[in-house]
Amino acid sequence: MAHDHPTGLKRWLFTTNHKDIGTMYLVFAFTMALIGGSMSLVIRAELFQPGLQIVEPHFFNQMTTVHALVMIFGFIMPAFVGLANWQIPMMIGAPDMALPRMNNWSFWILPFAGTLLMLSLFMPGGGPAGGWTIYPPLSVQGGIGMDFTILTIHLLGISSILGSINIISTILNMRAPGMTLMKMPMFVWSWLITAFLLIASIPVLAGAVTMLLTDRHFGTHFFNAAGGGDPVLFQHVFWFFGHPEVYILVLPAFGVFSQIIPTFARKPLFGYASMVFATATIAFLSFIVWAHHMYTVGMPMAGELFFMYSTMLIAVPTGVKVFNWLSTMWRGSMTFETPMLWAIGGVFTFTIGGLSGLMLSITPADFQYHDTYFVVAHFHYVIIGGSAFALFGAIFYWLPKWTGHMYNEGLGKLHFWLTMIGFNLTFFPQHFLGLAGMPRRIPDYSLQFSGFNEWSTIGAFLTIGAQFIFFYVAFKTIKGGEKATKEVWEGAEGLEWTVASPAPYHTFETAPNVK
Amino acid sequence: MSISRFRLATGVIPRLVVGTSLLLVSGIAAADYALNFQQPVSSIGREVFDLHNLITIICFVIMALVAGVMLWSIAFHRKSSGRKPATFHDNTKLEVLWTVVPFIILVGMAIPSTSALLHMDDTSNSDMTLKITGYQWKWEYEYPAEGIKFMSTLATPRDQINNVADKGEHYLLEVDNNVVLPVGKKIRLLVTANDVLHAWWVPALATKKDAIPGFINELWVKIDEPGIYRGQCAELCGKDHGFMPIVVEAVSDSDFKKWANRQKGQMVAAAAAAGKSWSKADLLKQGEKVYNQNCAACHGATGAGIPGVFPAMAGSKVANGPVNGHLDIVLHGKAGTAMAAFGKQLSDVDIAAVVTYERNSFGNKTGDVIQPSQAKSLR
Amino acid sequence: MSAKGSYYLPEPSAWPIVTSAGMFLLALGLILTINSVAPGSWIMLAGFAVIVYMMIRWFGQVITESEAGSYNDQVDMSFRLGMGWFIGSEVMFFAAFFGALFYIRQFSVPWLGSGLESELLWKGFESTWPTAGPQGPVALPPNSHHVGENQFSPMGAMGIPFINTMILLSSGVTVTWAHWGLKKDNRAQLITGLFLTVALGITFLSLQAYEYVHAYTELGLTLQAGVYGATFFMLTGFHGLHVTMGTIMLIVILGRSIKGHFSAEHHFGFEGVAWYWHFVDVVWLGLFIFVYWL
Ligand code: HEA
Ligand code: HEA
Ligand code: HEC
Ligand code: CUA
Ligand SMILES: [Cu+2]
Repeated sequence: MAHDHPTGLKRWLFTTNHKDIGTMYLVFAFTMALIGGSMSLVIRAELFQPGLQIVEPHFFNQMTTVHALVMIFGFIMPAFVGLANWQIPMMIGAPDMALPRMNNWSFWILPFAGTLLMLSLFMPGGGPAGGWTIYPPLSVQGGIGMDFTILTIHLLGISSILGSINIISTILNMRAPGMTLMKMPMFVWSWLITAFLLIASIPVLAGAVTMLLTDRHFGTHFFNAAGGGDPVLFQHVFWFFGHPEVYILVLPAFGVFSQIIPTFARKPLFGYASMVFATATIAFLSFIVWAHHMYTVGMPMAGELFFMYSTMLIAVPTGVKVFNWLSTMWRGSMTFETPMLWAIGGVFTFTIGGLSGLMLSITPADFQYHDTYFVVAHFHYVIIGGSAFALFGAIFYWLPKWTGHMYNEGLGKLHFWLTMIGFNLTFFPQHFLGLAGMPRRIPDYSLQFSGFNEWSTIGAFLTIGAQFIFFYVAFKTIKGGEKATKEVWEGAEGLEWTVASPAPYHTFETAPNVK
Repeated sequence: MSISRFRLATGVIPRLVVGTSLLLVSGIAAADYALNFQQPVSSIGREVFDLHNLITIICFVIMALVAGVMLWSIAFHRKSSGRKPATFHDNTKLEVLWTVVPFIILVGMAIPSTSALLHMDDTSNSDMTLKITGYQWKWEYEYPAEGIKFMSTLATPRDQINNVADKGEHYLLEVDNNVVLPVGKKIRLLVTANDVLHAWWVPALATKKDAIPGFINELWVKIDEPGIYRGQCAELCGKDHGFMPIVVEAVSDSDFKKWANRQKGQMVAAAAAAGKSWSKADLLKQGEKVYNQNCAACHGATGAGIPGVFPAMAGSKVANGPVNGHLDIVLHGKAGTAMAAFGKQLSDVDIAAVVTYERNSFGNKTGDVIQPSQAKSLR
Repeated sequence: MSAKGSYYLPEPSAWPIVTSAGMFLLALGLILTINSVAPGSWIMLAGFAVIVYMMIRWFGQVITESEAGSYNDQVDMSFRLGMGWFIGSEVMFFAAFFGALFYIRQFSVPWLGSGLESELLWKGFESTWPTAGPQGPVALPPNSHHVGENQFSPMGAMGIPFINTMILLSSGVTVTWAHWGLKKDNRAQLITGLFLTVALGITFLSLQAYEYVHAYTELGLTLQAGVYGATFFMLTGFHGLHVTMGTIMLIVILGRSIKGHFSAEHHFGFEGVAWYWHFVDVVWLGLFIFVYWL
């Protein structure tokens, strides 16, 4: 590579290279996962036993809130953008992203936004304590920490929008000759659709928190009945963003499953066209189901029914995806390297979470589930069991391509199994807690809930502990190890496997020809 | 349903110190393990419970099928058993099938759900009304027809919460004033809030509705049998969200009438007390009680507050400044902050008492004595 | 720019991270300012300065590259996609506020004035529009002067707002006319058209500023005037902000046109601004109909 680029710190600060930026996204996501994970340990440690042991209720609420914000906006979303940065140009036969300088900009906003959020915890009155959904009027009461949160959300939103614009432009405009839309790898398709979701939903969140900011400081009454507003208005605007957001978290994960499973089943992805169609349908539906988070606010009957039916419908396209993955495995010739373990495990746990989601969508039943640990179990199953598992799978799948080294298979598998066990131990009992009546967002609980909470806490510590193995394996692989071949995996298909491992700095200087 | 209230074991929960693993294991074995809803005791509760069990079973079956197919191919379609991969990647018939069949299942689930929902929504022909108002962090209950109104706050002592004293049987699920309701009557519940969002939830009655300041939500309940049913606030409402329980005491209709009469008597007595002039000692005594029940949650039992969120009472400019300013903020609160208008919740006596108490405690030494009439005149 | 086959691969650049730092300062300063923490406004100013400086340098660099002919058709297309989807995101931003307005008018205000709410909580409140809610100031007929304590008067549609509608619509025409000029390589038409557009934009802003002063000083119509005031200022204010940005962008391309930039075939810079301007125009139409008129 003759192209000169700065080395050392400047390489990273000023880079316009998709691989460098992808790496930075992943490192950032990893850091945030550790921070958010530590916060979840504070939560779980406090909930280990009834009674207040280690933190004050006010601080507990801050932990819950910031844990969620950090995990969603700091861990899962940036991690998938990192994957997109690394993989999309390689998978469509492009040298880089369409708008490389903007690419670096959308990354560098993140550390600053993360700093702003962390700063809030050290303000008088502490960080945001109203839950990640920051419902007013509670969020109008909060101290300066809430303003930090609002502005953090603005910054993160700008970053996401810039990132999505870049991804769309790249996919629509940078494909190698012959790479028609319907030949694109599923991961690319998922990201294309995810980017649309982001562009359509993030600005709405920005609008919601802007109104919150003016209600807090400029005397407006958007969310105050005395002035003709309505606290529930915030919830509508928030969830108009919030529900598409959950598919933003999981669609790229679906894309990852669709890459990994065919590779290790040594068999083409079943039903490619229906996969694309199902993803688009999910994306469309995600905009008309938002009020399933608000069944208990007292909507008119027609609304309750509409949102119940539309939400239930999402099970159909999602089912199509699950069944397609199963059919891809069916009569394949499977091997079970670490990426495949994550993919299979991910489809399995995601389906559990999806089915509990379906239960939540049933309005009269949700009246009982709502705001209990049943909901907490549901979303950790879909987010961790779906998105985080896919992330791990993706990392192990592509790490040899990125670094040129094979990772340690034994440790990879150990990490998988420990995480799988720890995760299920943490969150499966929470279903029962919720059904028995334990509300979420409480620092202390009555004695009947003590048993499962103990299990859950033990599971959480196990899960987090297992992540040190991941760190070790990933670090070792980056540093060195057995050389990886071009193809890496026996059954792998796609442009990224036609270039050397590690992939050259600018992957395709001249466009490859796609048949 | 056999899975309805299945417990692996019952027993006392040993108090464990975090980290002592030996005790840990025994603790886990002895704890409560409820796996499903609490036994419903209202008509709606039963309907929802049946619905819940139905959808749970459907989901279990689907999950079993998915996992079954998965395990089958993991077991038999593996390279190590020498399989050559098949090459199919499409099958329109199959794909149509697994679009249509789930859809039909969903329709099957939607029908009972819709009927349950319509049933829950029908508050007509109710026998009585209970108005419920959420405050940070207590509930106010008002029986408009009976002319009764009172507050209900957590009764669990702080020592139990702080692990100094042994936890009682109903730890965190006990209040000073239970809300008493007759069985067998259709009761219309009007739910609202005064400051932030709350939600009134009693699992056994299947009543969960958000309490929204400025708006009123309606629901209804018909309780099957006498008993005590416990629930909790189910919408994050700030610091003590976890500490605002609900205790419903369901009694026979005649017992309810007796209770209502007693309550009315107490309210008359309280009104009379407001007329007389109070001594400083009595005011301080009453004031301490009111303070600990209503104010300590934010301003702290020692008046230290939480810096940056809740101002300290010790040395407060207001509590050491003009009396009227102090009375004013307690009576009318401060808009846009957590400081509520306590004039709506507390009697003149209580207001006078708590202000007197604040002005003469935590190192504040104004020496002022405030009479109920002063509070009344500023309302 | 290095010549990498047919691809565009810009060199490493310091601007992205500098911009991000500027945004951080701006955000931090804003937070501190609204919480009356002393150095807030200085931090905000510093952030603002960084961003303005960055814009001049970064966009300047892009313009230089563009004029040097480094951008091929593929880059041009990327820019188009980028600008198009950016405007798409702006549409959704406004959608949030329009949605809030519709919700308030269709649901929350009617609910407050009927049923249990009016029976038990807000006795005597009647749902009409405009309103500042049960405890807000009382709404008078539009544009009535001499507004007393606890009263406000909503903004009528037919005075300044109507004139402003005409102004923005004609500015849409002038910018299109300038575009025709550019396509015919008629520089005079291009520059005249742009100049007129900028002038119309500035007139619009001046009239809106006048309208705001009028609202605050004579109509009792403020941000605090219940949901009417809140939605009115939020929607028109954000729109005004966008007109301001659009006008600045127009001034930039006017300057570039005078310098002889853009060619009849290659002028994405111009088109991007024109799209943006049309978008601002369309939003105004929505505002005129739903905020002022109906
Ligand atoms: C990755 C994120 C993610 C994903 C993918 C989902 C997926 C789904 N979610 Fe979830 N959800 C969250 C994240 C997510 N959710 C979060 C974070 C919250 C809480 C927010 C908060 O309050 O803090 C939440 C809360 C939440 C609620 C509100 C609960 C409450 O607060 O009371 C509801 C209610 O309807 C719901 C429903 C669903 C449904 C129906 C799906 C569906 O998409 C699931 C579809 C999948 C399947 C159904 C399984 C596979 C299908 C088959 C095998 C086919 C056969 C199936 C049938 C025929 C049934 N979710
Ligand atoms: C992305 C989302 C995400 C993730 C990963 C997690 C992870 C965890 N969460 Fe959390 N959680 C939420 C989102 C998430 N959570 C949300 C939205 C809420 C609701 C908040 C609210 O009520 O407002 C919540 C609330 C919540 C509660 C309820 C709190 C309450 O109601 O009071 C609890 C309690 O147990 C909990 C526990 C945990 C635990 C033990 C983990 C552990 O499993 C963590 C273990 C860690 C991992 C599995 C990640 C490991 C990853 C890496 C090491 C990085 C790898 C890096 C790359 C691949 C680049 N979470
Ligand atoms: C839910 C929390 C909460 C509760 C309960 C509460 N307060 Fe407050 N109180 C506040 C907050 C927040 C403020 C600060 C308001 C502001 O920003 O000026 C405050 C301010 C005050 C002040 C003014 C102090 C000062 O120095 O500015 C007084 C006096 C006061 N409260 C008295 C009371 C009394 C008496 C009670 C009980 C009857 C009570 N408060 C209950 C939250 C609460
Ligand atoms: Cu009241 Cu939570
Ligand atoms: Cu949702």
